[in-house]
Amino acid sequence: MVTNATSLGRSGLFDWLVQRFSALVLLAWIAWVGTGVIAAAEFGYPQWRALFAAAPMQIFSLIAMLSLCAHAWVGVWTVTTDYLNEAHLGKAGTAVRLLTQTACLLLTLSCLIWGARIFWGNG
Amino acid sequence: MTGNRFVTQALGEYTLAGLANCSAEIVKTARPVNLNLFSIKWPVTALVSIAHRISGVLLFLAMPLLLYLFELSLSSEAGFRRAGAMLASPMPRLVGWLLAVALLYHLIAGCRHLLMDMGFGETWRGGKAGARTVIAISVLGAILAGILLW
Repeated sequence: MVTNATSLGRSGLFDWLVQRFSALVLLAWIAWVGTGVIAAAEFGYPQWRALFAAAPMQIFSLIAMLSLCAHAWVGVWTVTTDYLNEAHLGKAGTAVRLLTQTACLLLTLSCLIWGARIFWGNG
Repeated sequence: MTGNRFVTQALGEYTLAGLANCSAEIVKTARPVNLNLFSIKWPVTALVSIAHRISGVLLFLAMPLLLYLFELSLSSEAGFRRAGAMLASPMPRLVGWLLAVALLYHLIAGCRHLLMDMGFGETWRGGKAGARTVIAISVLGAILAGILLW
């Protein structure tokens, strides 16, 4: 069996599952934050800060950040392997794809660490 | 499922007729390896699929901007006000609306994927109905988001 060196889990089925699981986590996080904003009788900075300050929410937000980055990587990988290849770009296809994927991976990891700082350090 | 059918249909309409005139050997060597996406018909399912990808890439590129807004709004009372004030000027508000629509669309089209994984709307008819539903809900959501922002 041929496995792709750049896919998240080197397995299509694993990536497929990661994409679905992370989607559900993100859906739950967005729903929770959205409900918190809408349900607040009076919405301002104190309520906004309190929403993210509780320890369970910090853990939830960190799991959401991990999910976001895994989700983003699987998606970006799928799109780049579909369009940035030798069939579309000729001989330069592989080099262009790997360079683009490197840039996307750096952005993803940077956002993961930045997001962890924002949501974790907010006690 | 619908993707395969889309490709088969496209091949059927535009290339197989031409290939029928070729000898078997030419077919083997000169097989189309690449479909010109701009020369083939786009069924509603294909449009919903490509829009899901475009909205996903857009949201991916917007991650730093969204994180910046989270950081700013959570940093202090003044930062919270500044983040809110940003949405008041026309261009950032338009960007905000675009990203809200991209997120909303990506979420709804993603829910359709999850439903199809569970076996709902996997037929050609079901796929088309689902795709149209995604567009309808997204348009309503885009209008609602616009009303809320302006």
